[in-house]
Amino acid sequence: MGQSLFHKVWDAHAVRTLPSGQTQLFIGLHLIHEVTSPQAFDMLRERGLTIAYPERTFATVDHIVPTSDVARPFADEMAEDMMVAIEENAQQFGLSFFGLDDERQGIVHVIGPELGLTQPGMTIACGDSHTSTHGAYGAIAFGIGTSQVRDVLATQCLAMDPLKVRRIEVSGTLGDGVYAKDVILNVIRNLGVKGGTGYAYEYAGSAIEAMDMEARMSVCNMSIEGGARAGYVNPDQTTYDYLQGRTYAPSGEAFDRAVSWWRSMASDADADYDDVYHLDGSALEPTVTWGITPGQALFVSEKVPALTDLPDDERDVAAEAYDYMDLKPGRAISGMPIDVAFVGSCTNSRISDLREAARVVEGHKVADGVKALVVPGSKSVLKTAESEGLHHIFEDAGFEWRGAGCSMCLAMNPDKLQGREVCASSSNRNFKGRQGSPTGRTLLMSPAMVAAAAIAGEVIDVRAM
Amino acid sequence: MNSSVIQHVEGRAIPVRGNDIDTDRIIPARYLRAITFDGLGEHAFEDDRKSNPDHPFDNPRYQGASILIANDNFGCGSSREHAPQALMRWGICAIVGESFAEIFLGNCTAMGVPCLTASTADIVKIQDAIEADPQREMAVDLKEKKMTFGDIEVNLQIAEGNRLQLIEGAWDATGMLLEGRGAVREVADKLPYVTGF
Ligand code: SF4
Repeated sequence: MGQSLFHKVWDAHAVRTLPSGQTQLFIGLHLIHEVTSPQAFDMLRERGLTIAYPERTFATVDHIVPTSDVARPFADEMAEDMMVAIEENAQQFGLSFFGLDDERQGIVHVIGPELGLTQPGMTIACGDSHTSTHGAYGAIAFGIGTSQVRDVLATQCLAMDPLKVRRIEVSGTLGDGVYAKDVILNVIRNLGVKGGTGYAYEYAGSAIEAMDMEARMSVCNMSIEGGARAGYVNPDQTTYDYLQGRTYAPSGEAFDRAVSWWRSMASDADADYDDVYHLDGSALEPTVTWGITPGQALFVSEKVPALTDLPDDERDVAAEAYDYMDLKPGRAISGMPIDVAFVGSCTNSRISDLREAARVVEGHKVADGVKALVVPGSKSVLKTAESEGLHHIFEDAGFEWRGAGCSMCLAMNPDKLQGREVCASSSNRNFKGRQGSPTGRTLLMSPAMVAAAAIAGEVIDVRAM
Repeated sequence: MNSSVIQHVEGRAIPVRGNDIDTDRIIPARYLRAITFDGLGEHAFEDDRKSNPDHPFDNPRYQGASILIANDNFGCGSSREHAPQALMRWGICAIVGESFAEIFLGNCTAMGVPCLTASTADIVKIQDAIEADPQREMAVDLKEKKMTFGDIEVNLQIAEGNRLQLIEGAWDATGMLLEGRGAVREVADKLPYVTGF
């Protein structure tokens, strides 16, 4: 019986079995940002510890960064404090730091792959749950808390329990207007927000193989919303082509040797899985969430479900969602008016996302009363988009064109919903209050669907545009 | 005995009902704008408390409680340790629920806050009983994997690795991981990407 990539990577990085029975796992790449790291550095200082492998940690800033005015000091004193803390910590401990004045700055999960830091066969950790994004490259990537950030800084290791592996086979071909985002929203809808507990998800099948790297990242990104601790795609030619020539990727003959190692780490054809789940990619439609968990998703042609349509254990949350979203069962999700349209976040802020959104927007105007913004995931994405003139398309249509950062994905910078606003959002979480207003409402969808909603002023099937 | 050893937790309990209570609800993101965890306790569940004046965290009957009784998929969402830190700083020392999101559970364990699970029926029974008698003390026993509240006794589950970390006082992993330093170097030196292929 062959092995899955997960087990191969795990075995290659296992240092020893700890007295607790957990595995001490070596972490190949550690990424940090300003929100979850300052307390970890304080813990190091308190204990008089140093950083074991400083060359394996890279820092950037994304969560608190304002996307309109980045003049220092920031207007928000707290944000300024956090900024200063990461600058000083990186300096004191000798870490590579991509700050606001660095061309390489951006959302941590966008820049890792962009710079070629993220590579197949690695273990990766970051104090952020969407670290699963890096799995698109055939890495095993874990989101961790601050105490574990301390552990990785001090030892380059984590104490972990192994995971089971569920292979998620997405067959067929995605139709026009159907994207990676729709695939993952349907996986979560079907398997549930805690269906992945105890698992790493291996995404495979023709629909996944046909995706470019950026689309695979959108899928892996939301593994965490499905309850899985990690998600990955086996590396293939698409992966190697993407990595070739990137700043931190191997070059020359080393690249060829790297490719043969990367190939050897992919799951064997006869690998054993703890579970296999099948999804027909050809049958998917553009998908939108209607409720307060990412699993409360619908095809755009569907109606908000009645309690009686739902399994018992989903009814309480559905009742809470009707109330919070002010939606009635039986109402079509299409036609729901929106106030804000947000294209951005580590799920969907890469150049291909912006291109798709721009294609929908071109020649149209944002509906009256809708505030629309596009926030590139990194400075590099921003530069590429501007070189292609995408910013003009967005601005001509009435979108705001912003600087790189997490922006309205979460409420840690000036970009926030107000009051009961409804936001069509390409981000990953529709939790109550997530976008900054305790009563604000989020509808998750693909960037193309967000663009369509911005123009229509309501949820609309992008295929009808 | 090592002061980190956690074998029993005793104290009054507080039920927070609801499935899928996510980390944004436990601590709204606006309170993550800080460089320490200090003062997070008072903001635990802040938005839920604003919209529900009867929220258990505000209800005088539960002030001083230290064992949180939650429902299904508690702590889903972000990896932010700010969420368990907020609960701990409010006064929570242990959480018993139907199920937990994994990163949340890992964070709690790394802070020495045990998370244990029980069946839905048992959790609901305990939540009802606490609401009827919030002054009564509860006992959570990690060695026996049991929880007692008056004459109710409930079996608990916890992953064996986590249980051992807690009852042996080894939940703070740094020391343990540092001990393996030499072995770490050996593993690193065998990884092609570490040695430059
Ligand atoms: S874009 Fe959103 S989900 Fe991604 S890292 Fe930033 S805040 Fe987290």
